[in-house]
This record gives sequence, C-alpha cells and structure tokens, in this order.
Amino acid sequence: MNNPLVLEIVVVVLGLGLLLLDLWLPVERRRTLGYAAAGVLLLLLLGSCLAAVPETTHAFGKMYVQDTLAVFFKRLFLFSGVVVLVMAVEFFDKLQAGLSEFFALVQFALAGMLFAASTNDFALLFVAVELITVTFYVLTSFQRNRALSLEAGVKYLILGALSSAFMVFGIALIYGTTAKLNFGEIAVVAPQFVTNKIFLIGLLLVIVGLGFKIAAFPFQMWAPDVYQGSPTPVTAFLAVGSKAAGFVLLLRVLFGAAPQITAHWPTLLMVLAGVTILYGNLCALPQRNLKRLLGYSSISNAGYLLLGVAALSAAGQSALLYYLAGYVFTVLAAFLVLTLVLRQVEGEDITALAGLSQRSPMLAAMLTLAMVSLAGVPPLAGFFGKFLLLKSVVEQASGNACYYWLLGAAVLGVVISLYYYFGVIQAIYWSKDVTDLSPIAISTPMRLCLWACAAGMLFLGLFPGWVVNFATAAVRALR
Amino acid sequence: MSLLTYIIGCPLLAGIFLLFVPANFRWASRLVALAATAVSMLLSVVLFLRFETGVAGYQFVQKVSWVAGLKISYHVGVDGVNLGLILMGAIVAFAAACVSWDIDRRQKEFYTLLLFMTGGILGAFASLDLFFFYFFHEFALVPTFIMIGVWGRGEQRNYATYQITLYLSLGALIALIGLIALYLQLPVDARTFDLVAITKHFKAYPMAVRAQTLIFPLLMFGFGILVSLWPFHTWAPLGYGAAPTATAMLHAGVLKKFGLYGLIRVALPLLPDGAVEWLNLLALLCLGNILYCGLVAMRQKNLNLLIGNSSVAHMGFVFLGIASLNLIGVTGAVLVMVAHGFLAALTFALSGYLYSQTRTLEIDELGGLLRPLPFIGSALVMAMMAGCGLPGFANFAGEAMVLFGAWKVYQTVTVLACWGALIIGAVYMLRAIRNILHGPLAEKHAALADAGWWRRVPFVLLLAALLIFGCFPGLLTRKITPSVAALLKPATKAVAAQTAEAPTAALAVRAR
Repeated sequence: MNNPLVLEIVVVVLGLGLLLLDLWLPVERRRTLGYAAAGVLLLLLLGSCLAAVPETTHAFGKMYVQDTLAVFFKRLFLFSGVVVLVMAVEFFDKLQAGLSEFFALVQFALAGMLFAASTNDFALLFVAVELITVTFYVLTSFQRNRALSLEAGVKYLILGALSSAFMVFGIALIYGTTAKLNFGEIAVVAPQFVTNKIFLIGLLLVIVGLGFKIAAFPFQMWAPDVYQGSPTPVTAFLAVGSKAAGFVLLLRVLFGAAPQITAHWPTLLMVLAGVTILYGNLCALPQRNLKRLLGYSSISNAGYLLLGVAALSAAGQSALLYYLAGYVFTVLAAFLVLTLVLRQVEGEDITALAGLSQRSPMLAAMLTLAMVSLAGVPPLAGFFGKFLLLKSVVEQASGNACYYWLLGAAVLGVVISLYYYFGVIQAIYWSKDVTDLSPIAISTPMRLCLWACAAGMLFLGLFPGWVVNFATAAVRALR
Repeated sequence: MSLLTYIIGCPLLAGIFLLFVPANFRWASRLVALAATAVSMLLSVVLFLRFETGVAGYQFVQKVSWVAGLKISYHVGVDGVNLGLILMGAIVAFAAACVSWDIDRRQKEFYTLLLFMTGGILGAFASLDLFFFYFFHEFALVPTFIMIGVWGRGEQRNYATYQITLYLSLGALIALIGLIALYLQLPVDARTFDLVAITKHFKAYPMAVRAQTLIFPLLMFGFGILVSLWPFHTWAPLGYGAAPTATAMLHAGVLKKFGLYGLIRVALPLLPDGAVEWLNLLALLCLGNILYCGLVAMRQKNLNLLIGNSSVAHMGFVFLGIASLNLIGVTGAVLVMVAHGFLAALTFALSGYLYSQTRTLEIDELGGLLRPLPFIGSALVMAMMAGCGLPGFANFAGEAMVLFGAWKVYQTVTVLACWGALIIGAVYMLRAIRNILHGPLAEKHAALADAGWWRRVPFVLLLAALLIFGCFPGLLTRKITPSVAALLKPATKAVAAQTAEAPTAALAVRAR
C-alpha cells in the first residue's frame, strides 16, 4: 500500500475487470457485480481510513501529489462511489441493458475524480476533468429509451465540450505565458504575471471550465435539465462526485497555482458566490420535479461552497471542506430515498412523496433528515457547515465591506431555501390526497447505505471536532 | 455532572428513547413524556431551592470541551437571571405535556418533538457558550415548525407554518451574524465561544465603540424578531392561533424569551456603548408593542388571536425594562419574562381546553361558559386578571418594577405604557371575560364537561406559580438583582460617561 497511486490503479483495474466479467456472467446474476464492486470500493475506503494519512508524496514528475487534501477528497469520492453503485443495482429495472458497462463507467468516472483530487499540474487537470466529463456524457444518457435522458446527455455533451474548450484554451494561454504547467512552479513565477493580461485571461478561462463542473452561476444552465433527465444514480454522482472534484481542482488552481493573483480577485469570487446562491435558491422555489429541485439546490450549494473560496482564508477553505463532507452524506441520503420512491412511479413530481410517512417511516425520516440538514438546522451537518462558512466570511468583513453584501445574500438564500426544503417535508407528512399506500421494500445494502449517510450527517453535526481538524490539516497542504 | 445537565438531558434522552418505541404503544409515549418532563421539573425546583442567593458568579457549572480547535465547549451554569427562566421552562414543559391529551394522531412523533423542544429550550437558557446558546435555540425551533405544520389547526395552518418558519429563521440568522461578529472582535489568540471568558475579556478591554454600534442593532433586531418586536411581530398571533396547544404554550411561554434573555445576557454586558446608542429606539418600538398590538388585540374576534396579540403586547414591557438600562428596570424585565411565561402557558392551555370542548374559539359563538365550566372559567378569569396586571399575580410585580425603572429615563414613554397596560389591557381582557364566560349560554354548549381532577393539574400548577411569585416576588428578585447588577455594570458606566460628556460638549460649543 506504499504506492500513492494504489487507489487509482485498483479502481481502474476494477472497471476493466467488470467489463471482462460481464462476458462470463449470465444476465440475471449481473446485479451481484455491482455489489461486488461496491464491496471492493468499501474495502479501499476502509483501508484508506485505517491507514495513517501519508506524508506528501509526488508521482509522474510532480504532476501527481498525494497529500492530506487529496486523501480527504479521495475518501469522500470512494464513499460516494459505494453508495452510487448500490443505488445503481437498485435502479437496474429502469436501465434495462448494459448494467455492467454502467458499473464500469462509474469506476472510470471515480478514477477521474481520484486523479482530480491529486492533481498538481494543468495537464493532469485536463485529463482528470475529461475522464470525468466524457464518462458522464455516456452515463447521463444511459436510459436510451427515454427522451429526457437523451436530451440530458446531449445538453451535457454540448455544454461540457464547450467548457472543456474554454479550459484547454485557458491552459494554453497559461502555458504560453509561463512555459510551465506544474502548479508549484507556476506559483513561484506567478507574481511576475500579476499584470499580464494573457495570463489572467488564461486563468479566468480555467475558472470558467471549473465553474461548469461545480455548476456555479453563470455556467449553471445545464444543471437542472441534466439532473432531471439523468438516471437517479447518475444525478447523485453528478451532484456529489463531479461537484467535489470541481471544487478540489478550483482550490488547487486558485490557492495552489496562483495564490497571489487570487488575492486580487475577492470581488469576482464574491459576485460568483452571491449570485449563485440567490439564483439557485430563487429558481428552486417554484420547482415541482424532485430531481430538478435538487438540481437547483445543488446550484445554491455550489454558491455556499464558493463562500469558502471567496473568503480567501484558510478558515474559509477548511469550512468549504467540512461543508462538502456534510453535503456528500446529505445529498446521497436524499438520492437514496428518491431512487426507492421513484422506482415504481413514472413521473418525478413532488406528489410522489405523498403518504411516504405511512409507506415507509424510515425513508420518510431519512429524507426529512436530509432536507433539514440541507436547510442548515442543528444538530445536523449542514448547520455546522453553514456556521463555519458564515464565520469565515464575517472574519473577512472587517477588511472589505463588500463581504457584508455577500453575507446578506447568503442569509437571504438560507431563508429562501427553508421554504422549498420544508415544502418537501410537507409533501412527505401532510399531503392531502394519498392514493398509493403500498409499503416500500428496502434491500439490505440500501438500508446500510441509508444508515451510513444518516450516521454521517449526525456525526458531523454532533461531533464536528474530528472532521474540522482533518479539514484544517488538509487545507494546510495547499500552502 | 451538574444538576443542569440532568435537567436538559432528561427530556432529550427520553426523546431519543421514544424514537425506538413502536408507534402503536400510544400510552407509552405519553407516559414517557410526562415522566421525563416531571423529572426535569422536580430537578429544576431542587435547583431553585439549592441555589445560593448572593453568591457572585455562576453556580452548578459544568464544562466539557466539544470542538477544541474552535474553543467551543458544552458549558452550562445558572445565575439569578436564568434560574427563574429554567424553573419556569421546566414547569411549563410539564404542563404542556399534561394538556396534550387531545392529540389523537401520531402521538409518538408529537411527544418526541415536544421532548426535543423542551430539551432545546432548557439547554439554550442554561448555556454559557455562545455556540451552544444558539445551537440549542435553533434545535428547539425546528420542532415548533413541524408541530404547527402537522398538528396545527385552522385553514391558515400552512400559511402560518411558513410565515413563522421564515420569520424566525431570518431573525435567528441575523442574531447569528451578530454573535459571530461579536466573536470576531476578540483578538485572534483570545478567540473563544465561552461567554464567561468573553465577558471577562471585554470587561478588561472594552470593544471599540464603532464596532459596538454596528453589532448591537444586529443583535437587537435579530433577537427582536424572535420576540415579536413591533413591527416584526406579525408571525406571532397567526402562528399561535394555528399551533397546537402545547406548542403555543412552550413557544409563547418559554422559547420566545430566548431573544430577551440573549439581549440581557449577551448584548447589554458586552456592548454597553452600543446599547446606550440604540436603546432609545427600542424604547420607542416597545410602545408599538404595548399600544399598537394592544389596540389590535381589542378588535380580535378569535380568542387565540386575542391572546397572541396580548402576548406580543406584554413583550413590550420587557423591552421597556431592558431599554431603561437600570437595575430596577432590568430586574423587572426578568421578572416579567418569568411571569409572562407562566401566564402565556396558562392562557393557551385554557384556550386549548375550550377549543377541545367547543371546537371553536370565535368569541361570538361562545358565551356563558362559566356555568358548565366553573373550574376552567374561574381559571380563565384569574389568568385574564393577571394579564391586566392585578396585584397578587407575578405580572404585577414585574410590570410595576419595569415602569418604576423606566420612569427615571423615559417619562413620556412610561406614561403611554401605563395607559397601554392599565386601560387597553383591561379593556380587551375584561371584554373577553364578559363575552366568553358571562351572558347567555348557547344550547349546544350546555353539556360541556369541566376538567376532571387530573386534568386540573397543569392549570393549578401554573396558577400556583403565578400566585406564589406574585405574593412573594422577593423569592425571585433577591436572586435576580445581584446578577443583573453585575451584568449592567459596564452599561451603567457607559450611561454615566454619556451624561458627563453632554454638558462638556455643550460648554465646548458655547466657548467657541
């Protein structure tokens, strides 16, 4: 286990192995493949958690870095990989064909995310982003018989390709001016380029590309449609894995490669964060489609996470990591419930939740917990995360009064978001016309995943000390 | 472990225990809730009796580190200011569990939320750590929203739920920003959420006046929204009208006092110069509570809306007492907080009983109820009289002290507040008594059943508390006064500095 690349290697080999095993297994037993893959990832996750956080090591001529920050994100990615695979097995009936390919693609996307966490070079950044994005082109349109899914795939393809083009153009400009691709080397020479317009435009274009990954305003227009159209496990993976990968890359570029330039851009980051929060929350208000609602909610959460970036401080970055960890558990719990509830019904309307409290009290409680955590209510993870983010923003406000406006936008966003999160709870517990009261069967792996997510939300909310320390140590790796 | 931890922990643990009890054991959930709140109540009486009057500082202190990196710790303790509030909160919680016998669906969930709410409220009052202070309050707020939404009554239930949720969350967030800003005024190496340490620090090195004047309004309006400060009060009557009885009792009686407690515990001692700057505005706004909401209460046709408005009006006296910034006024404010807690719980419990019997609270449809309901009727008369400020009830003692305290600072405001208390309050309370209890009895109400012996327990308990603290207010004031004096010391200095400054400034102008 001394090789820093062991996680990536195992995941890629696992993906290839799944494709190969597919040839040997009869169709009806392919479900077990998903569970097996999830089990392997779970073992990797446990191994990574039990092993001590390694010293910072590099590979591929410093293109690849294994530090605390990378480990923090890799654990999140592995956990979401496990949950998404279990979800995918549950979703089997709606996929109809190509289940093993689906599992394998999830592995490849996961490998991309793992590489993203360890990126220390613009070339690897581009490769990791493309590995994630190209796999998601296929995954989003996996329900080939469903027009909405195909539409989602095409939209994601066009906008994703456009943003990749921006990003690679930006990387070219940066390389053109500095003749370097490595983050560490660029950080050394970046002060000379503070006034170099070409370099700055290059950096901005890279931010545009990453803004697409995290669904920040104004690069968010794909999110609601793609979230709605994609198969539910893919949506969950997009909301959690793809977004977290975007954020780790953003952190590495902004604070690892060009910290001196980022320090000049508080206004830009503040506007990005504030507008994203308000846009996501306001647009979520009238939504009736659950996945679309979560799509807008994920935009607004990108905004909250950007608060931590805009704060331009170590406290802000560690708050971001903490919030992201809570967000992963919360959103996965929500999507686990949605996978089960939406399995039988055709539409994804919010009315599908009617009577859930009678059909399955456990699912009702889990979704409520997730919504309450997203809304930022104690004692769940979302509360402490928002608390840390707001605190990091207020800390900066004494130096720059614009932060007060950002703070105002964030508070307004939280209040608006209560309305639609509580709307979901309302649909669960007191909707009037309940037609379907059949109980919902929950398979054991799904149940375990649900409990794990709930435990994560509560643990982060009640005992934040451990994760806060981890996040603080992870952020130190950026310096 | 401190006695306080048991008082807070008992309902919380019982709530967690209830989560694992099957939902069809209906009586079990009620029994667990009754037992847990009763234990909390008895322990808080013990706490009250064992509290040593005249000892400076906090008693029954317990401190456990929670997030060491941010210096957040679970830190509880009582002094004279929160002692009475904890006692009142625990008694009201028990009463609220008692009167919930009319909850006929999802009992398990209801009692679980009730227990969480109780634990949260008591925790908020006992906390000496800014983070937990806020955390517990927020923890108690969410059950409130859910209870109103699920077990509420009336057609406007959903609207009321959303309104109260959004309003109170906004208030809480504004207060949170104020608290974080306050925390950040500490120098980096001294940053802690421990209220005792913060108070000590700012006593030695007072905060810059500019920062104080910026942070104080955040706390004043944030906490003010939570306490239904005029003109941010519109959530209160509607919310209480739609809430189930127990929730209205706990929120109007206890949870709402959190904002006031926050002003007295955090804002006054830490931001004395900000307080001097802003409290004049508070004194004017409190007139809005007393006069405007009093007049609105006069015109209400629904008993719950009337009580809700009157409860908003009573908050005006507490604000006035805080605004007076002197010992007698603030002591009176604390006394009113305790007294009003009992009173609000009592009136909402009574109106809940009436509703469960008659299925209506429209005053026009009621009348002559004293005949079929002698006990409930008499209790209602006493509650209404206590609400008008009749001597013998705890409210009188508190309101009188507030008015004495305020007279030294704001004469005009005090005169107007007296009018509000004596005339407007008397008019709507007496009118309600006449229309509900006297006059002809509607035929459909002839067969109403009065409360049996067991059901009288909560009413008797709350009335007894009102009378005991009304006849012997010294029981509380002797404990409150030294603590308030300690909290007010920085503010008194600031007031003295301001009054000393004014003549010199005038002289300076003249000299020029």
